[in-house]
This record gives sequence, C-alpha cells and structure tokens, in this order.
Amino acid sequence: MITGFVLRALDGKIVVAIGILLAIAVLVPALNLLVPAGSAFHIPTYAVSLFGKYLCYALLALALDLVWGYCGILSLGHGAFFALGGYAMGMYLMRQIGSRGVYGDPVLPDFMVFLNWKELPWFWYGFDMFPFAMLMVLVVPGLLAFLFGWFAFRSRVNGVYLSIITQAMTYALMLAFFRNDMGFGGNNGLTDYKDILGFSVQAPGTRNVLFAMSAIMLALCLLIASAIVRSKFGKVLVGVRDAESRVRFLGFRVENIKLFTFVVSAMMAGIAGALFVPQVGIINPGEFAPANSIEVVVWTAVGGRGTLIGPIIGAVLVNAGKSFFTGAFPEFWLYALGGLFIAVTLFLPKGIVGTIQHGWHARTERKAAAEREKGEDADMMPQAAE
Amino acid sequence: MRIRFVSLIFLILSFAAPCLAQSDPKPLINQLANANFKQAEDIIGQIAATGDARVVPALEAFAEGDLYARKADDVVFITTASGSKLALVDPLTGESAGEVAKGAMTKIKVNNNLRRAIRDALGALTLMSPDRNARLQAANTMLAAPSEDNLELIETALARETDGEVRARMEEARAVSLLTSGRSIEEKREAIERIRNYGGRDAIGVLRGAYGSIDASLQPDIDKAIGAIESEIALWDMAQNVWYGLSLGSVLLLAAIGLAITFGVMGIINMAHGEMVMLGAYSTFVVQDIIRSSAPQLFDWSLAIALPVAFLVTAAVGLAIERGVIRFLYGRPLETLLATWGISLILQQAIRSIFGPTNQEVGNPSWMSGSFALGGMNVTWNRMWIIIFSLSIFFALLVLMKKSSFGLQMRAVTQNRRMASSMGIRTPWVDAFTFALGSGIAGIAGVALSQIDNVSPNLGQSYIIDSFMVVVFGGVGNLWGTLVGAMSLGVLNKFLEPWAGAVLGKILVLVLIILFIQKRPRGLFALKGRAVEA
Repeated sequence: MITGFVLRALDGKIVVAIGILLAIAVLVPALNLLVPAGSAFHIPTYAVSLFGKYLCYALLALALDLVWGYCGILSLGHGAFFALGGYAMGMYLMRQIGSRGVYGDPVLPDFMVFLNWKELPWFWYGFDMFPFAMLMVLVVPGLLAFLFGWFAFRSRVNGVYLSIITQAMTYALMLAFFRNDMGFGGNNGLTDYKDILGFSVQAPGTRNVLFAMSAIMLALCLLIASAIVRSKFGKVLVGVRDAESRVRFLGFRVENIKLFTFVVSAMMAGIAGALFVPQVGIINPGEFAPANSIEVVVWTAVGGRGTLIGPIIGAVLVNAGKSFFTGAFPEFWLYALGGLFIAVTLFLPKGIVGTIQHGWHARTERKAAAEREKGEDADMMPQAAE
Repeated sequence: MRIRFVSLIFLILSFAAPCLAQSDPKPLINQLANANFKQAEDIIGQIAATGDARVVPALEAFAEGDLYARKADDVVFITTASGSKLALVDPLTGESAGEVAKGAMTKIKVNNNLRRAIRDALGALTLMSPDRNARLQAANTMLAAPSEDNLELIETALARETDGEVRARMEEARAVSLLTSGRSIEEKREAIERIRNYGGRDAIGVLRGAYGSIDASLQPDIDKAIGAIESEIALWDMAQNVWYGLSLGSVLLLAAIGLAITFGVMGIINMAHGEMVMLGAYSTFVVQDIIRSSAPQLFDWSLAIALPVAFLVTAAVGLAIERGVIRFLYGRPLETLLATWGISLILQQAIRSIFGPTNQEVGNPSWMSGSFALGGMNVTWNRMWIIIFSLSIFFALLVLMKKSSFGLQMRAVTQNRRMASSMGIRTPWVDAFTFALGSGIAGIAGVALSQIDNVSPNLGQSYIIDSFMVVVFGGVGNLWGTLVGAMSLGVLNKFLEPWAGAVLGKILVLVLIILFIQKRPRGLFALKGRAVEA
C-alpha cells in the first residue's frame, strides 16, 4: 500500500526533479573533491556550503508551499520551525564540543559557564546523543505546530488572522530566545561547533557530506510532499484551499486535515533548519525574525505556489540573487527584494513555474482543440462531398 | 499649567507675609571683633533675630574660622587665604575688599559652643527667612535629618509661619524630631499620626528608626502607621502602573489607529503601515532641521508645524501606494500583505539611503520636557501630552467617520460596495482617500512617537506587530475596539512587567493574545451580521 502511495507520487516532473537532486548530491562533492583546484570544473568548498544553504532554504520553501500552496494557510511563522530544528541541531553540536570550549568545562557549553550556571538545564539532557537530537529536530517543531494548529484550526482562525498570529508566534519566540535566562545562548546563539558524529564540521569531506544530505533530504521531502498532494487526501487538501466551507459541509474534518499538513510542513522546516546549522556554523535568535519568515513566502511566490518544484527554484534563484546583490550592490538588495514582492504579486501571481505550466497547458489545449477541429473538418468533408 | 498657577499664588502670598524684625546687622557683625565667647553667643542671637538672610555667609564663615577683624579699625571681613596674604570680602554684600598681609588681621576665635549657636541661628534664619523657598528648603533639610535639638526652633518658626505648604512641611519636620525627643507620650502619638498622614517611604524609615527607642505602649501605633503607609504606597504604585500602562496604551493606540482604518475598515493588510509612522517621524526631523537652521525661535512650535507636514507627506505616499499597487489586489488580502511588505522594504531602504542608517536627533520642545508629581506618582509631560494627543486623534477620527459625508461614504463602501456604487458614490475614489487618511494618521502618530522613540529607518518595524495585535484584539472594523484593545494591552503589559520582566511580559502578552484569538477569532468587539463572512 505504501509503495503504491509512493509510486503514485512519481509523475514525470517529480521524477526528473528527484533525479536532478540526486545527481547534484553526487556531482557537486565529486567536482569539489576529485577535480584539482586549478580546473575550470572545480567547485570551491565555500561554494559547496553556499549551495547547501540554498538547498536548505529550498526545503523550507517546499514546506511552506505544502501549507500555503495546497492548503491555503499562509504561515508567516515558518522561520520559527526552521529555527527550532536548527537549535536542536545546534544543541547537539554544542554538546559535541565537550571540554574543547574556551572554559574547558566537560559538560556545560561556554555560555553557561559564562553565566555561572552550575549544571545543565533539563532540556539539554540527551542532546549529546545524535539519534535523540535528530528525533528532537522533528518533534520540537512538530509539537509546536501541533499545539498551535490544534488551537487555531479548531476555533477556525483562518486567512489573514492566522497569518498575523503565526507572525506573533515567531516574534514571541524571537524575544524569548534573545533572553539569556532561556538557556539557549541568548543574543549570540549557539556557535563555535567542533565536530558532528566525530567528523570536523570544517573539513571539506564533512561539508560535502552535509551538502549531499541536504540534496537527498530535499529529494525525499519532495517525494513525500508529492505523495501527499497526489493522493486522495491531497485532493481534499486543495478542496480546503479553494472552498473550505464546502469541504466541511461535505463531511470532512477540515481542522484535522489542516493540522496534519501543518505538522508535516513544520517537521520539514525543522529538517531544513537542522541541515542549515552545521553548514552555516551558527544559529541565533535572528532566525526567528518575522522578516525572515516573510522572505520565505516570497521565494515560494516567485517560484510558484501550488507547484512543488516552483518553491525550490524560487528559493535557489532569490537566494543566489541575494548573494550576488549583497556582494555587488549592498544598497540595492532591499530595493530589489521589495520590488520582487510587488512585481510577483502584481504580474506573476502564479510564479515562474506556475506561469510556465499554465502556458504549457494552454498551448497543449489549443493544439488539442485544433486537432479536434481538424478531425471534425475531415469528418465533415466526405459528407459534403456526398 | 495648573500647578504652576498655584505655585505663583503661593509666591505672591509669601511676599505679603509679615516681615520679620528688621535692623541693620552690619554693626552687630563688627561687634564680634572685640567680643569674648560669652558675648559672641549673644551677638549671634541678635544677628539671627534680624532675620536678614544676607548674614548667612558671615555666620558660615564664622563657624569655619574664616572671619577676621582688621586690626586698624576693627571692621570684620570674611577672608580666604591667597598666598601669604588674605583676600577680604565684605561679610554682607560679598564684595571684594582687596588683599592685606596676614599680620594686619586678627582671627575671631570660635569654639564648639559657638558653633552650635551658629548652627541654631542659621537654622532659625533659614526657617524664618522672608524667602518662602528658603524656608521650605530648611524645613525639608530638618525633615531629612531629625534631631531633638531642632525641636524648639521648629516650634518657634511654626508659630509665625503662615504659608500652608511650608507649614505642613514644618509640622512634619516637628513630628519627626519629636519622635526621638523626651516629649510626652501623647505628643508622640500625635506625631506618629502626623507622620502617617505624611506617608511615603521616608516616613516608614523614620518610624522604623524610632521603633526601638520609643515607649513600648506606642509600638502598636507605629505598627499600625507603618501598615497604613505601606498600603497607601502600594495603592500609589498601582496607580503609577496604570498610568504607565495608559501611556504605553496610548502609544499603541497611536500606532494602531491608522491601521484600524486601513485594515479594520477597508480590510487591507498594510504591512507598510509601520513605515508610514517612520515617514511621519522623519518629517518631524526634517521640519525641526529646517527650523533649527532658519528660524530657531519657532522651535517650540516645531511639532505643531510638523503635524500637517507629516500628515500630507504620508497621505500622499499612501495615495500613491493605493493607486499604484493595492487597487489591483482588492479581494486578495494575502497578496496585499506580500506587496505591502515589499513596499515597506523599499521605503526603509529609501530612508536609509537618504538619511543614513543611524538614529536622527529629534528634539523635545520645552513644553514637553520635565515632569510633575501627582500624589505618589511621577508624571512626565511628554507622556501626558501623548495620551492627550492620541485620544484627541481618536475622537477626531470617530467624529469624521460618524458625522461627515466622507465618513458616511466610507462606511457605505465598506458595508456594501456595489450598492454604494449604485447610489452614485465613486468607490475607487473613496478607497483611495480612505487609505490616504489611514496613512496620514500613521504619519501624525510618527510625529508623536518621534518624541519618545529613536528615529531610525527601523522605527516602523518595531510597531507593526504590536499594531496588528491591537487591531485584531480589539476587533476588526471597530474603532472603539481599537481604543479598548490598545489601553488594555498597555496596562496588562505594565502589570506583567514587575514580576515577569519587560521581555517576558511582552511574550506573555503575545501568547495571551494568540490564545484569546482562538477563543474569539473576531476580537473583543466583533462586527455582527453579514459583513463578518465577507
């Protein structure tokens, strides 16, 4: 049954996309490690991490697209799930530092020694174990999404109101994580990682593996998302997006459908955050900033919401543009981003992929109509001749 | 204003107060040249009896041993050492009288007994000085440092005091001094009562200090008095918190009130609202800058000039945004949200490019600086004015909405666009000007907020989430809801702050709002009827 569920997910475009992602997962590390540094095909290590970062953002955009593009929930707080996943990973990495920190405490991370804490807070227990930390990467964002969604969807908070309270949620979390007393490093966040599963996070090999993992996780999440939206459940999901009341009156439990999607999406965002942190080397409360979450929305909108490949393309394109502009014309970037927001909403409401798809559909349909017409003409001819 | 008026009256009264015994103190001071200790003490008493405040420097110099008599003619001077010579100063007028060699002068000797006499005389002089402020200050000094020695002095002064406030302060000083003296229990009981009425943290300190040494039968009285004062202080603290809360609430109201129009009435999610506030603040900065360089005498009027400027600037920007972007997005609120967010980024960056990323200096006009005390509360003028200002804007807007024809059209378009259009209302025109009005009010809010917040390109960002919270909490489409929402959030925030800390308090408020919206998705004062499902 599950294979059937997954197989149904595989239409042509998704297969191609997954194939490309897996190919990148092999190719980029190969070009980095095997091709000598002087060659034109060599990819420098910093670029591997940069591309890895884009892939994490792409996964985050995919997660948002699942709730926004298919379920109609515009979450302005997805950055919070991303950051929580990142913090879970960051806590694991902090525990791995051990006695190599500045203060050399075998258990406590540096900032706790600095704050004169005597023992590890209870919520840091277990994060020295990789499997537990990975579980938390899924559980913490998932649990927050569950609690939040359980309250919000049950009382039918939707549309703009939901967007605003998700924004309030991430804002509140940002304020909370800025506090030193929270036990997450306050303003500075968690940084100065040494190694992950025994491998140095700085080593080119580890960076390539992290990159490959990002590409593979993105492919996997794409597969899951595709399976969800192409199943019967996915049809109902689109129904919720387009005519919520009608779906409710047909007897579906809309709040449960929304809740499930929201939680899955939050977990994907958590994975993205967890992959993001070791590649960037820091997680701090700035990741919770409401502006970040809104930026994710524009990636999705640029690529095309309601298509699974669109947000991936959008995230990579916008972030590549950001890297270029902030390097070349730092003054100009916010104008460009702001203009992008306006232009996409006004002129490209379906996004890049959506517009292309639409054009494609229109063309094939025109062709088909022309064919039909021709056929009809052909049928008519003999009659006329008769 | 009222406080100033009242103090003016007091000032006039104190000039009219009966003058104290007058005689020229100059010969009295000169008599000190040849007096022995006993005679000197009498002379000090006589000098004090003149009630002339000019003698204070002479008496102080005497206590310090800086009073010298010139050997040649026995004239007394205040001196300061100047190398090997002495610089002479007239004891009454303070005029310089040249320098002489040390040998030409005799020091007027002083002992501890005389010093005490001088201190009493000084106290009496200031307590009985014709200058009201000097008397008040003297009473305050004695209040701060209670001593049995002062008691008789205060009582003498009290007998001739007519000024109400000074009298009250002297009574308090007397009570405080009496507590540690050897007076009767009855008098002490009265004193405790008086101190209790005087109130404040100092009073608790005085009562606690006297607790050990006082007669045991009075201890329950002191306990009772301390309890009463403490509950009074708690009450004032509460009032102060409410005041802070209202002040924060009025800031929230200012920030949210424009949004109540654009979001609440029109249903437009304007994420660039905060930037409208920022533009208003920068308009104030520019206006003040021009005034500083070309007409500094107008500085106290700068805010009044900035108000229409800010309104026009932000209303024009709002009009451009509505015509250029938002009108294509009606009926698609989430898209509006994204487009206006883009606008806010552009506006922020534009301001940053023009004025730079740093905070700009916006000055407070003189009538907005300072503070006054109201009972146990401290009220700053700028907060006071902002509360008044935000309420007046609120009510002006309410009148505009309910009484003007523009308001009528606005409400008609909101309630039923097609019907309004059929009745001949130009709905696009109404949309545009409603949005411009909301933006303009945000600009006015910016003028006020420039007085209490940093004027930087990020000014708007810090208000946008709070403003949305206020509007959503209060109930969309209802101006009264915005008022109640802003004030209750402000007060709630300030009451959470003392035990949760500022940041945690804010987080708690956000969480409470999120929970509240679950319970009442349409806010405190929800619109009823068909409009809800639109």
